Amino acid sequence: MSDGKYLSGEFFMSGDEACAEGAINAGCRFFAGYPITPATEIAERMSERMPEVGGTYMQMEDELASMAAILGASWGGVKAMTATSGPGFSLMMENIGLGVMLETPCVVVDIQRAGPSTGLPTLTGQGDMMQARWGSHGCYSIIALAPNSPQELYDLTITAFNLSEQYRLPVLIMSEAATGHMYEKIVIRPVSEIEITARRKPVVPPDEYLPFEPGDDLVPSMASAGSGYRLHVTGLTHDERGYPTMTAEAQSKLVRRLIDKVERNKESIIRLEEDGIDDAEVVVCSYGISARVSLIAIEQARQEGIKVGLLRLITVWPFPEDRVREIAGHIGAFVVPEINCGQISLEVERCAGGKAKTVLVPHMGGRVHDPESILEVIRQVAR
Amino acid sequence: MTTTTSTTTGARQHPLDEYLRADRLPHIWCPGCGIGLILNAFLRGLLKSGLDPDKVAVVSGIGCTGRAAGYLKLDSFHTTHGRAIPFATGLRLANPELKVVVFSGDGDLLAIGGNHFIHAARRNIDMTVICVNNFNYGMTGGQFGPTTPPTARTTTSRMGNTEASFNIPYLAEASGAVYIARWTTAQVTHLEKSITEALVKKGFSLVEVVSPCPTYYGRSNRLATGLSLMQYYRDSSITRHGISTRNAAIDFNGQITVGKFVDIYRPYLPDLRGRYNGTSA
Ligand code: SF4
Repeated sequence: MSDGKYLSGEFFMSGDEACAEGAINAGCRFFAGYPITPATEIAERMSERMPEVGGTYMQMEDELASMAAILGASWGGVKAMTATSGPGFSLMMENIGLGVMLETPCVVVDIQRAGPSTGLPTLTGQGDMMQARWGSHGCYSIIALAPNSPQELYDLTITAFNLSEQYRLPVLIMSEAATGHMYEKIVIRPVSEIEITARRKPVVPPDEYLPFEPGDDLVPSMASAGSGYRLHVTGLTHDERGYPTMTAEAQSKLVRRLIDKVERNKESIIRLEEDGIDDAEVVVCSYGISARVSLIAIEQARQEGIKVGLLRLITVWPFPEDRVREIAGHIGAFVVPEINCGQISLEVERCAGGKAKTVLVPHMGGRVHDPESILEVIRQVAR
Repeated sequence: MTTTTSTTTGARQHPLDEYLRADRLPHIWCPGCGIGLILNAFLRGLLKSGLDPDKVAVVSGIGCTGRAAGYLKLDSFHTTHGRAIPFATGLRLANPELKVVVFSGDGDLLAIGGNHFIHAARRNIDMTVICVNNFNYGMTGGQFGPTTPPTARTTTSRMGNTEASFNIPYLAEASGAVYIARWTTAQVTHLEKSITEALVKKGFSLVEVVSPCPTYYGRSNRLATGLSLMQYYRDSSITRHGISTRNAAIDFNGQITVGKFVDIYRPYLPDLRGRYNGTSA
C-alpha cells in the first residue's frame, strides 16, 4: 500500500487528511499551524507525518506566526504549508502580502467555515473567496484553487505546490468544511510518478546574482539562506538587487511584474471543468462543494429538457475572465450557487458584461445548498 | 528617524566592509543614533564567534532597528512588523545549518511581536535575539511603547507615560531564555563579548541593548543629543552580573543595571525534536 514513507494505492480518508498526504507527496517538509476547526485534522496528520518523512511540524502561537514561519522555512530552502479556517485566514493576510512581495513559494489551505467572526465553526461556508483575492493590503495577483472532493484536495495540493514554485508566490487552496470533513475513496499514485516542480535555483554565482531579476516568464530565480548568496529581501518596494527603492517608478515596475507574472501566465494556470456548455441556454458556474451539489440540479434540469451546462472553476484566482466572456456571448444566463451572499458571482457578472444575465444562488452558510434551490433558479432563468 | 544621513569616508577597506552593503550607504539613521554602533558591535561579535558568515541569517521586523538587516551583507530578511521571530523560527527549523539572528527594536519585539517573543523563549528555539531598546517608537516619530519608563514624555505621552514598562530580561527569563545580557551603547566592548557568547549559545539567547534615540526620546526628555544620552548611560549604568532579573527594571532617568544575567542550559529546539524523532538535530 505504500512505498516506505509515502502512501500509494486506494484509501478511504477525509479531505483534510488527503490534503496533508498531497502536501507530503508534493515535497512539503515544513508545516506550521494553529489548531482551528475544521482544518485541525490537517495539522494533526502533519504532526505525525512530517517527522516520518524528515520534515518539521511546528505548532505556532497563532496564525500570524504560522504564516510568518512558513515564509521563513521556504527561504530556508524547504517547501512549506499552513492550513487554517476563516478566523486564522484573516490573521494571515498581512504575511500573505509579505509572501507575495518576497516572492516566496508556499501553500496556504483555508478550510472555510461560515462567518463572519466565529460564526459556525464546525459548519461549512465559502465566505472567504474575495478575501483570498484581495485580503492583504495593496495591489497584487494571487492563485487560488477550489477542490470539490477529498481526491481533489489531494491532487490540487500537489498542483498548488507546483504552481507556487513555478510562479514564486503563496498559492491558496480554498476548500470548505463540507469537503475537508468528507470521507471518500482517494487514489494516490506512487510518488515516483508524480510530477514535481523544483525550486528555481540561481544558475549564476553569488557576485552575478540579482535576487529579483526576472526571467522571461517574469519570475526570478531563488537562492535560499545559507547557500552563500548573502541575499537581502525586504517587504519594502525594492529593485532587482532586493534593495529598498522608495520611488513611484520602482513601485510601478515591481508591482506591475508581481501582477503580470500571474495574469500573463493565466493560460497555463487556469483549470476549468466544463460540461454541456456548447448548446447551453443556462450555465451553472460554481466551485468547490457548491459545484458538486449543482450537479444534482443540473441533471434534474436536463431531464426537464432545459439546456444547462456546467462551468466549474478549479482555479478561482486568477479568474477565467476570457472564458466567461466567451460563454456569455452565447447563453442566456449564468446561475452562480455559492455559500456566501455573492462573491464569485460578482466576477461572473462583471465578465458577462450584460451579454448574459447572472443570477446568484446565495446561502448564508452552515449547510450546502438544497439542490432544489439551484434547480428552481435554473428553471426561472430558462423560462 | 529623520532623513539626515551620514557618510562613509576614505577608500581603505575596513575589516567589517565585507559584511556591510557598501552600495546601500549612507544609512538612514540619525546622527547620534545608537543603532549603527550596535550593528558594528554585532559584526565584530560575529567575527569573533568563529561562525561561518555564509551560514548566518539575520531577520528584522519593522522600525528604525528593523532597517539593520538591509545593511548587512549576510542573508538578511526585512519582514513584517512584529513577525521577525516566527519568520526566523521557520528559517531555523527548515535549515539546520543556519545560525539565525533576530535584530530588531523593542516595539517590534515586545509590543506587536510580544507573543512571539515569549513563545520562542518558551520553546527555547535556537536563535539569538538582539533587542535594541530606545524606549520609544522612533520610526513613527517617538510615541511611547512597552519599554518606555513610567513618567517619560513621548509624542503620545506629553504629560508623562502612565503605563508600566517591561523589564525585558525578567520577561525573557520567565519565558525561558537561556542566555540574557543587557548593555548600553556606552559599553561596546562588553556588548561585543555578550553578542559572541549569545551567538555560540544553543537555545534562545537575548542581548538587550539600551540605545540612544536623540531625535525623539532624547528631545522629548531633555536629553536631546546622542552625547547627552551616552553621558547618562555612562553615569547611570551599573554592572551586576548574575543579578536576579526581577531587579533589573529601568526607571525613568534612573539606574540602568547591565551585565550578563542568565547563562544556563536547557534542551532546545530543534535539537530536542531530533532526539524524540531519532532524526538529526
Ligand atoms: S532610533 Fe531615533 S535616533 Fe535612531 S534613527 Fe530612529 S529616530 Fe533616529
